[in-house]
Amino acid sequence: MININRIEENNYLLIAVEGDADASSAINLDKAIRDAFDEHHQNILIDCTNLNYISSAGLGVFMSYIEEISTNSVNFILFGLSEKVLKVFAILGLDQLLTIKENKEEAQKALNGI
Amino acid sequence: MAYSFDIPSSKNKLRLMRKFVTDVLYSHNIPEIEVNMMVLAVDEVCANIIIHGLQSNPLESVRLNIKFEASGVWFEIVDKGDTFDIVNYNEPNLEDLIKKKNKGGIGIMLVKKIMDDIELQSTSDGNKLRMFKKLEA
Repeated sequence: MININRIEENNYLLIAVEGDADASSAINLDKAIRDAFDEHHQNILIDCTNLNYISSAGLGVFMSYIEEISTNSVNFILFGLSEKVLKVFAILGLDQLLTIKENKEEAQKALNGI
Repeated sequence: MAYSFDIPSSKNKLRLMRKFVTDVLYSHNIPEIEVNMMVLAVDEVCANIIIHGLQSNPLESVRLNIKFEASGVWFEIVDKGDTFDIVNYNEPNLEDLIKKKNKGGIGIMLVKKIMDDIELQSTSDGNKLRMFKKLEA
C-alpha cells in the first residue's frame, strides 16, 4: 500500500511517498513522477521520509527516469530515506546515479545551488 | 526452527508475506537492515512467481518455508507454476536498462546480490527454490 501526496511549493514540486513501493503499488509512484515530467517541472523533490519499503518495482520506477533527468536537466532529488531503504538503492549502485540528500533542508540547498 | 506460510497468488498479498518473514526474522534477533534485505529477496522471487509463473491465478498459492541452521537461514519457495530458471538466468546490463528507460529487469539482480546460495529443483510436481543467507555469529 502506498500513499502519494504532491504539493507545489515555492520553486519546486514536492512528491511525498508513504508506505510500500512494491510490485502492486509502484505503478502509482510511476504515475506521480510521469505527471511531474509531463507537466515540465524542472525541480522535483521526492520525500521518502515515510517510505517504509521499496522493492525492484519501486527502484525500477526511479531507474527509468535517470535518462530523462539527465536529458532534460531536471533537478530531481530524493531525501529522507531510512537506512534500510537507502541500502536497497545501494545494492545496484542506484544511489550513485540519483541525487539523494539526507533531509528536506539539504535537498532545498542542493536545489538552490548552495 | 521451521516456519511456513502460504501466499495467495496475488500481488496485493505480498505485503502479508513480507510481514510474516519480518516477524520470523525479528524473533531470531536479526538486525533491521539484514531483515529488510532478506524480505526483499523473498519478495522479488515470490512476485516473479505470482506474476509470471502463475499468471496471478487466484486459485494458486506459493508455499514459503523458513528454516534456521547454525550458520544461517534457508528460504524455500514452492510453487506449481511455469518454471523460471533463476540460477542460469543471464542478467541484463544495468546501463542498458537505464538507457532504454526500463522499469523492470532488476529484481533477480537484487536476489543474487543478497543471497549467498540459490538452488532450483524442478520436477513435474512443481518448482522448489532454495535460497540461503549466512548470518553473522
